[in-house]
Formats: sequence, C-alpha cells, structure tokens
Amino acid sequence: MASLHDIKARISSTKKTKQITSAMHMVSASKLNRAEQNAKHFVPYMEKIQEVVASIASGSMDANHPMLQSREVKKTGYLVITADRGLAGAYNSNVLRKAMNAIRSRHASPDEYTVIVFGKVGREFFKKQNAPISYEIVGLSDQPDFADIKSIANDTVNLFVNEEIDELYIYYNHFINTISQEVEEKKILPLNDLASADSKPKSSYEYEPNQEEILKVLLPQYAESLIYGAILDSKASEHAARMTAMKNATDNADELIDGLTLTFNRVRQAAITQEITEIVGGAAALE
Amino acid sequence: MKTLTVSVVTPDGPVLEDAYEMVSCKAESGELGILPGHIPLVAPLTISAVRLKKEGHSDHIAVSGGFLEVRPDKVTILAQSAEKPGDIDIERARKAKERAERRLQEKQDDVDFKRAEIALKRAINRLKVAESK
Repeated sequence: MASLHDIKARISSTKKTKQITSAMHMVSASKLNRAEQNAKHFVPYMEKIQEVVASIASGSMDANHPMLQSREVKKTGYLVITADRGLAGAYNSNVLRKAMNAIRSRHASPDEYTVIVFGKVGREFFKKQNAPISYEIVGLSDQPDFADIKSIANDTVNLFVNEEIDELYIYYNHFINTISQEVEEKKILPLNDLASADSKPKSSYEYEPNQEEILKVLLPQYAESLIYGAILDSKASEHAARMTAMKNATDNADELIDGLTLTFNRVRQAAITQEITEIVGGAAALE
Repeated sequence: MKTLTVSVVTPDGPVLEDAYEMVSCKAESGELGILPGHIPLVAPLTISAVRLKKEGHSDHIAVSGGFLEVRPDKVTILAQSAEKPGDIDIERARKAKERAERRLQEKQDDVDFKRAEIALKRAINRLKVAESK
C-alpha cells in the first residue's frame, strides 16, 4: 500500500488539476455565452439575404449565374472548421473523421480535391495525411468579426468562380445545445437549392440596374455569409464542447479526490492502530 | 410627414433601426433617393455614405459591400460592414488609408492593386462619414 506521504502528494496534485479544469470550464461558459450572442446577431442578416436571394432566384427563370449552375465535377473543395486547441472532448476528431471518411470514399487521388482548413488541429491533421491544402487560417479569435474571415471566405468563393474547384462542401460542428453538437456536412457551392429554400417569395422586386448585375454582387456575398454562419456556429460548439469536457474533468477530479481521501484516512487509521498495538504489546512484555 | 422604417444589418449584428423620411444613397448605377411608398426594389450599393433624413437633419452611415432592399414602408440595408459616425475608429481608418496609398504606389500585381484600391475607398469613406458628425 502507498505511504501516507505518497497519497497526500497525489491528492494535492489532483486538487491543482481540478482548479485548472474548473477555471477553464468557467472561461468556456462565458465564451459560449458571447458566441451564442454573436450567432444570434447574425441571424437577421442571414434571413434577409436568404430571402432576397431566394426571391431573385425563383422569380427569374433565366438567372444563369455560374454560381447557380452545377457543372461537371473535376475537383472538389472541402472546407473543414476545427479549433486551434484540443481539450474539447471529441470536438475536433468528430469533424475530422467525418471529413476524411467522405474524402476517402469519394476520391482516389489527391488531385481530385483540395482542403481549406480552419484551426491548428485540422491543419496538422491534413498535413499528416498529405492532403492538398489551398488555404489555412489559424489563430482565429474566439469571437470572430466578419472582417476577420472576409478575406478567406472571399478567396474560397473565388476558387469556385475561377473554376479551380467545381463544388464546395463545408464540415463543421453544428451547435444544438450545450451538451450536444453534431457534425454537419453542407454543400455550399454551387447554390442550386435556392429556389426551393423559399418557395413563395414575399414580393417581386424591381432590379437596379438588372438581375444579372445584382446576382453578381449578391451571390458571392451570400456564399461568404454561409461560411461565416458556419464559423459562428462551430465557435459556439467549440466553447460548448470544451465546457462540457472541462466539467467532466472537474467531476472526475472530485471523485478521485474523494477516493484518495478515503484511502488516506484508512492508511492513517491502520498506522495508528498498529502503533497502539505495538505500545500495548511492549508494555505487556515488560510486566 | 410619412416615414419609412430603415434597418441596417451586418453579419456582426443590427446597426440601426429607426423611422426616417427619406433615404438617399449611392447605388452602383447612380444616386438613389427613396421616399415612403416606393415600389419594391433591390440595388447593390457602392462603398459610400448612406444619408437618412429626418426632421430637417440627416444621419450618415458608412457602408461597404452592401445592397439595398426597398419595400413600400421599409428599407433594409444589408452590408458587410456599416458604421455610424460615432462608431468609426478614425485613427484606424487613417492608418488604413496610408497603408492603402503606399500599396498603390508600389506597383504590384492586379489582385493586390484592386484590393488596395477598395481598402482606400473604404478608408476615405469612413473618414468622410466620421467628419460629418
């Protein structure tokens, strides 16, 4: 059995770990709050832009902007959103597994796809897999502004516009609630399910100067905001996942400390009992 | 006086929602003035100031990457960024302007040139709006 001293050392180290995990839990909780708020702020913009895009796309039969059209797929883009750090349970591994499975099942050679990756964990993962990476962004703030991701969203959309990729999928953790997040796979480009998204437009618009010009401005913006929306969503998931992971770690530390304290008391009791027995035995031998 | 509800929304959240008598702005095809009762319209906006008039004074908002959606009683401006004069970081805009000017002078490839040009426009627009306060 371990000595009193050893047990004591383990208790105090577990306590310190617990302090850290419980602090991280609280930090994540407050970050989650902010992230949820950001996601909520984004909703009106997204709804509005969706409404306008849908009404233009469904109102005109001759809207044949390249971004609306499916073409023969020679190369596929995968945008994968991960975190910069671990300690968030299965957050990163879930999304990476799903993306990698999809890539493996669809493509035979690395010439057929390219990856756009957010977050250090994802970057390291795809580098190790020798996957072609077009763009990467690390060190994204916990509460990203639209300005922070605008350029990479723009670059990604341009990959499609310049026909370097012929379709674009996005993989991220969708925030359902604090304890559950789900990996979502979404096809962002080409935008061919727009008309069905809102089957009856609320109003028919005049276009100034004309539909094509508006689509030219609007569709890239729409695609960029889809990407931004996914990032906000996955940030909320990240904080929620980390919060849950840290909560579990704190609870486990508590359990461990309880167990160790019990053992500590038993060992101490045993030592005292033995000492008394020895003294009594010694005294009896003297008489 | 009849009014219309104006709301300005960006990906980072709503910027403004209020009733105004007139909206004037610069669309890609030219200046546009919107009064209450306008027919539904969609138009992309240039990097410019949107002027909202109410009771004899006008509020300016710096927008970039935006477009305008008009309904008879409501105008929605969707923009990638939109700021009221008070929210503009003048120091930052001035620095951005200098940076963009420097980039324009060092002749680089087309993409960088275009980006610098847009950045310069945005910075000038912000400074102009900030002064209008």
